[in-house]
Amino acid sequence: MEALSLPAALALVAGGGAGLSPERRAALGASLPLVQRDYRFERVWFWGCIQGLRGAYYIAEGLGPDRAAPRCRLYSLNCLDWSLLTPATEEMLVLAEQLKGHFQGDPSFEYSLAEINAEAAARLVQSGKEPVIKEEARLIATIEQIDRAVGIVPRGAFVKTPLGSVHENRYFEGLSLVEAKKLSSYFHFTEPANLKNKTLLEKADLDPSTDFLDSLEHDIPRGSWSIQLEKGGTVVVLRSLLWLGLTFYHVPMTKQFGYVYFGTGEKNLDLPFML
Amino acid sequence: MDQSPESDPAEEPQSAYLQDAHEVRHGPYQPHEPGYGLDQPGYSPYEDEIPDPQTRMLAIKNAKAYLLKTSTKSGLNLYDHFANILTKILDEQPANTVDIIENISQDVKLAQFRKKMDTLRDEYVIPPTVEAAEKYKALFVKEGGEDEQEELEEEMGQPSLPNVMETAFYFEQAGIGLSKDESYYIFLALKNLINVQPIQTCRFWGKILGLEMNYIIAEVQLREEEEEEEETEEEGEEIIAEEQNEMDEAEEEDEQKEKEPEPPKSTYKPPPDIPKEANGTGTNKYVYFVCNEPGKPWVKLPPVTPAQIVCARQIKKFFTGHLDAPVVSFPPFPGNEANYLRAQIARISAGTHVSPTGFYQFPVDEEEEADTYEENLEFEPPPVAEMVESLATWAHHVKEILKQGRCVWIKPAQKSEENEEEEEEEEEEEQQEERGQALLTLISEDEGIKDIPAWTVQASTDLIPEYAVAILQSNRWPGAYAFASGRKFENIYFGWGHKYNSENHTPALPPPAEAEFPSDPGITERADPTVEEEMAFKAALEEALAAAEEEENEEVEDD
Repeated sequence: MEALSLPAALALVAGGGAGLSPERRAALGASLPLVQRDYRFERVWFWGCIQGLRGAYYIAEGLGPDRAAPRCRLYSLNCLDWSLLTPATEEMLVLAEQLKGHFQGDPSFEYSLAEINAEAAARLVQSGKEPVIKEEARLIATIEQIDRAVGIVPRGAFVKTPLGSVHENRYFEGLSLVEAKKLSSYFHFTEPANLKNKTLLEKADLDPSTDFLDSLEHDIPRGSWSIQLEKGGTVVVLRSLLWLGLTFYHVPMTKQFGYVYFGTGEKNLDLPFML
Repeated sequence: MDQSPESDPAEEPQSAYLQDAHEVRHGPYQPHEPGYGLDQPGYSPYEDEIPDPQTRMLAIKNAKAYLLKTSTKSGLNLYDHFANILTKILDEQPANTVDIIENISQDVKLAQFRKKMDTLRDEYVIPPTVEAAEKYKALFVKEGGEDEQEELEEEMGQPSLPNVMETAFYFEQAGIGLSKDESYYIFLALKNLINVQPIQTCRFWGKILGLEMNYIIAEVQLREEEEEEEETEEEGEEIIAEEQNEMDEAEEEDEQKEKEPEPPKSTYKPPPDIPKEANGTGTNKYVYFVCNEPGKPWVKLPPVTPAQIVCARQIKKFFTGHLDAPVVSFPPFPGNEANYLRAQIARISAGTHVSPTGFYQFPVDEEEEADTYEENLEFEPPPVAEMVESLATWAHHVKEILKQGRCVWIKPAQKSEENEEEEEEEEEEEQQEERGQALLTLISEDEGIKDIPAWTVQASTDLIPEYAVAILQSNRWPGAYAFASGRKFENIYFGWGHKYNSENHTPALPPPAEAEFPSDPGITERADPTVEEEMAFKAALEEALAAAEEEENEEVEDD
């Protein structure tokens, strides 16, 4: 969610019981504008927090002129001092998927690879590295996975220009109440994977400037989103059941939308049994 | 426009505009173009010679006529369109107009389709939000005359309305909790609940999220007389239900007798039926009321049975938000979602309700194994730093649920006399009494899950330790929290109602299928006898017959 609208947005997603303490909110209000200045970001999003056993990681994302370009990610343990995370590599993602259990809350904590994946450990040893994976790498990979799988925006909030870059749609006035209850009105804000597989017939109705992303309605497994009207029907709240803790809000007929993650950073692999 | 280097708007604004208009780079006009002629040297306004006004007028007229041409498709013309665009721009004065001129043009065109005047008035569309708003508004209405209220309260003693907002404040220090509005609506809803129901104590238990709706849960203790009445009612219902069942079974039996041959009987024996705990004790110590949203009617959850708790441990299902929804699972859950919700509430309460050590104590006069506790009035709260440092400063005040699904172990009752003998052998093995942790056990004795400790405790702030609050977070039940500050403490739950599991959830496998018939020589398959075998068999048979005859003859002779 936008750092600027953080206090209002947190009140809208508070229905799940998770939020930030007044101390953290105040600290974010002070430190995020400084982050924006230091890294020359155009926009700063507060991404959420990942709970560890001994502490929590607070995550922020910085956006450049092209909103769909890979985002810079920063983490902080106290909401004041931010450190930049490196971009996620495919290897990191593969290794991090095999790690289980809660985060520790210490970025330099080392998970031993030998127990989890002997092959990868052997490869690392051959190339002269220690067979360990740092919690920082796991953090990077987890954020990337969550963003890829469940980072969403309402349809029409972003437009793709003929030059290929993506901008906020200045004419976006929010989804109507009817549209807001449908999963097809929300898009994954990441590189589309299923768009190319669509048939010509399906593509015919798409508007290339707004429909350049994958919509949620074909997410696997079906029913991996809980969509509810909260606060007396004034705000639409989507909760991901695959990554429990991810909450998206949108106030219909306004430009307010955003998502935030408050959770343990573990994927809900039991989902098929739970529906 | 003022970016143009030569223009000086301060000195002669009019000429600047003209000049500017003239400076637009454009190739030479072709004769068919409407602006043809204006650009010719002879007609330039900047030439010393005065141009021929008539020719110029004609060119302008031509240009205007072209702009006024009505489109055959939309019926619009460019002249009016430009005029509208310029009016809109000058009225609204947006920033960086040149970048969004296309959009403005589009907007103006779209506006053409909106009806401006109509004798019919639009129907006022009532947004769906008003329904909820009306419900919320009803919460604020004070019920009944104040005099009546006071009389009632004098009669029955003041029921304890929890201070939801104060609790919410303490949890907010750790970033846990609902928004302030929602907390206040819940506060009001609890007040209404207390007015309606005969409630002795009341507490906001927490909120369980569902797929379509969420549950807001109140934990109450009813006054004793009322409870007894309700129990009798429930029992009455059960008896009726049982009678009906018997009737059905009898009918079925009649039908079965007609059929021939009789199908094999199942040898499956259901596990012994363990009676549920009486209201007011063990897992049914409290009564729970739930509603989907504050303002909606509160629904009382049925008491939990041990079978439901045992089954709830084996399944993991999302709540839908509808209490009457079936729970489709394996092993089959005995009951619907209301029962499942009640079972999960019992499990969460048993696992996560904690208080500072020493706040509660066992009653002094009772010598038996105590299931009750009372508040220790001499309790001196430890400082927050100490509460954060050691888990031994926290204790469970709800009894652990045994494997059997009850808090107090009971010997499974023998169901019917017929099966008694068969079951006795099995039961002897099961007779061992299960014992759980005693009440008020320290939470430092809780087992973690693998290398994850059962609890995480931290202070709400490091910056202002004087006013910090100790926050305890359960890792077994993500979403369960407790806070303690001085003599104040509270437990709360916000989450999906599932236990943490570091491994994947593995649903129980169905038991092996039963053999259809007992295997005896009459029905087992055998290889057909060969000719030799048959001959040998016949020979053997004849021999035997001959021997028998001989014997008979001998017998006759003897006679």
